[in-house]
Amino acid sequence: MALPTTEVGIISCSGEEIPEGTIALVATRLVLEKLRPDRTVTICLPLFLAGDRNERDFAKVFPTITVDGCDKRCAQVATSNLSGRPAYSIVVSDIAKKYPTIKLKSLDNLTEDEMKIARAVAEEIAAKVDATLKRRSAKTG
Amino acid sequence: MSGDEKVVVIPCSGIGKALGKVSRIAAYKVIEEKPKTARTLCLALLTVGDEEAGKLISSTPCIAIDGCPNQCSAKNILASKGKLLAEVMVTDVLRNNRGLKPQGVIELNEDGLRLADLVAKEVVDRINGVVK
Repeated sequence: MALPTTEVGIISCSGEEIPEGTIALVATRLVLEKLRPDRTVTICLPLFLAGDRNERDFAKVFPTITVDGCDKRCAQVATSNLSGRPAYSIVVSDIAKKYPTIKLKSLDNLTEDEMKIARAVAEEIAAKVDATLKRRSAKTG
Repeated sequence: MSGDEKVVVIPCSGIGKALGKVSRIAAYKVIEEKPKTARTLCLALLTVGDEEAGKLISSTPCIAIDGCPNQCSAKNILASKGKLLAEVMVTDVLRNNRGLKPQGVIELNEDGLRLADLVAKEVVDRINGVVK
């Protein structure tokens, strides 16, 4: 099967317990809906366990970028173990360190400050999408 | 969270669909309403087989909230040998409230929030049925 050169899979952790998880989810959707809508697809991470072979083949079909809320890196680990090695991995808590004055506290309804971090994470994902496509395009000629 | 909660409410991840977001918001509403009884847990921890998360759900009753028929939450709980007390399907609640048109994943529309309220109520009813 020929691998697609035009789409990148983005896999976010679920992160229900921590604000960084909600930021991972929101940032992923910002990329899917606004920043790179024609270049990205996603899958619900828990489907790697709950789904079938088709779902587990996701990272074999698409080059993937994982987005994790914390350094447990559930999206990166689950994708690597159950589907395929991600091209890039992003951790929200690493990016949030660049904004030391912003205290993360919302699980829902992110504040404007928290949205600022979500947008920064989204920009980082979009940059990695572009890098992934460029690399793949160079490989396939 | 005190660590003494009696029920773990686990929504599906909700990245792909508005109904997934409804499940997530419903879980937060339940925890807000019953902070001493209910807590949540990152579903992804079960997907990676996190030991601490596994211990929690095997010793504490869990309620899964699933947004679609893939039933990611319930299946991950069962695969992790968790105590699945009940599963609430957002699609079932929507079927009984056909006028609602939930939309949005980054932000739910009014109908989505209304549906989340109804799902949360169903979860709270289940909790009240077992926790006195």
